[in-house]
Amino acid sequence: MKEQKKSWNELPIGGSILEAGNSKNYFTGTWRTFKPVHNAKLCINCYFCWMHCPDDSIVIENGKVTGMDLDHCKGCGVCAEVCPKKAITMEKEEK
Amino acid sequence: MSSGRFIAVDGADTAAFAMKQIDPDVVAAYPITPQTEIVMKFSEYVANGEVKTRYVTVESEHSAMSACVAAAAAGARAMTATAANGLALMWEILYIAASYRLPIIMGVANRALSGPINIHGDHSDAMGARDSGWVQLYSENNQEVYDNYIMALKIAEHKDVMLPVMVNQDGFITSHSVENVEPLTDEQVRDYIGKKPAHFKGLLTYGKPVTIGPLDLQDYYFEHKMQQHTAMQKVLPVIKEVQEDYFKKFNRKYEIIEKYKADDAEMVIVGMNSVMGTVKDLVDELREKGVKIGAIKPRVFRPFPKNEIADILKNFKAVAILDRADSFGSFAPLYAETLAAMYKFEKRPYIRSYIHGLGGRDTTMELLGTVANDLIKMKDSGEGHLSEAYLGVR
Ligand code: SF4
Ligand code: SF4
Repeated sequence: MKEQKKSWNELPIGGSILEAGNSKNYFTGTWRTFKPVHNAKLCINCYFCWMHCPDDSIVIENGKVTGMDLDHCKGCGVCAEVCPKKAITMEKEEK
Repeated sequence: MSSGRFIAVDGADTAAFAMKQIDPDVVAAYPITPQTEIVMKFSEYVANGEVKTRYVTVESEHSAMSACVAAAAAGARAMTATAANGLALMWEILYIAASYRLPIIMGVANRALSGPINIHGDHSDAMGARDSGWVQLYSENNQEVYDNYIMALKIAEHKDVMLPVMVNQDGFITSHSVENVEPLTDEQVRDYIGKKPAHFKGLLTYGKPVTIGPLDLQDYYFEHKMQQHTAMQKVLPVIKEVQEDYFKKFNRKYEIIEKYKADDAEMVIVGMNSVMGTVKDLVDELREKGVKIGAIKPRVFRPFPKNEIADILKNFKAVAILDRADSFGSFAPLYAETLAAMYKFEKRPYIRSYIHGLGGRDTTMELLGTVANDLIKMKDSGEGHLSEAYLGVR
């Protein structure tokens, strides 16, 4: 069944988003052309990539970078660019 | 009850005086001739501690409107004023203010847009902004400027409306002409406008984060425009209600469209703002000679009172529409919209368009006399029907 979207009089005025943090529910990683691939062997966990990622998509677990949240990563390549160890490479997305 | 107290002020100071009595939470403004005096005078009130307003001196009109948007979004009563190129620089933010339904009040001392550069009064600035989603009120003289300001707040903040309102007055012709104005007392204004209504909370709530201004694409933008359309549909009844209430409280009668000696008229001249003072003088003069002529003055251009104007005009034989702005390559704005509104009738009066007073050129009694002569000819012969004239251009 087709999703029934809300009508003009049911929507918040001017498109305001009233629910904080709901961007998590929208997978913005679907239009990526290149995806970052992390190499843990070269990584020194300096967090440069984490600081620069515009989409908050660098995943850190127990103090270590473990990879990227590909549901939200848009493939901009900033992380690969700033990595001092070339521990991130951008690879063509295969769909 | 009126205050019975008169002050001699020009239109700009009238606007500043009304702003002082309203005492808005925030004013953000940038000076531009002929609006400068409004914000200059108001800043004096701020400096003298006569208002509690937070006055934000910004670096451009774009920032002035942005600051007003932010203030109103936070739930503040916000006001500003501008003219001509200043209004043009605000352009994109005007639409944002309207789409977020922020009841900002802005005075416009109507002035010709560059180029070539000109600082005098015409309506090219406000007419360009007619589709920005703002309510537009027009004022013939200083008293109307004053009363429009006070009523504008009530209209903007009405729960069915919640839209920004522009109060127009002709640059220099009105803004710099001293007239007697009878303001309400400070107490009267305070009581009348009251505290911000409960539904005007702003878009922000402390402790409850929201996102304002996110991307709004094919699947929702249309619905959000529908919200604006629907709000605009409610404005005219609200203006009527506000005007009636204003009359009851202060004995000052305003209507959405003013009719002057029009009841038994065969011909009328239609126009907005200061030129209508001259038109009324002409009507008086011609009436003495037995010419059945009257004047029709819309006080509101957005929303366009299409049914009201059509119903008034349908009974006349000949109508002249004065526009103090051109729409290059099309019909002048007031003319175009009036024509469209009249289409619903099978029998329509003869109508002619007159573009006048661009760049602040005086529209004199003599020039308007030629319009009346045209009407006298047109009413029987139809000569000139649907033609467009440039009044007094060389
Ligand atoms: S490619 Fe861009 S979006 Fe994706 S993880 Fe790297 S910096 Fe973040
Ligand atoms: S920038 Fe490179 S080295 Fe530093 S944490 Fe990210 S992947 Fe590891």
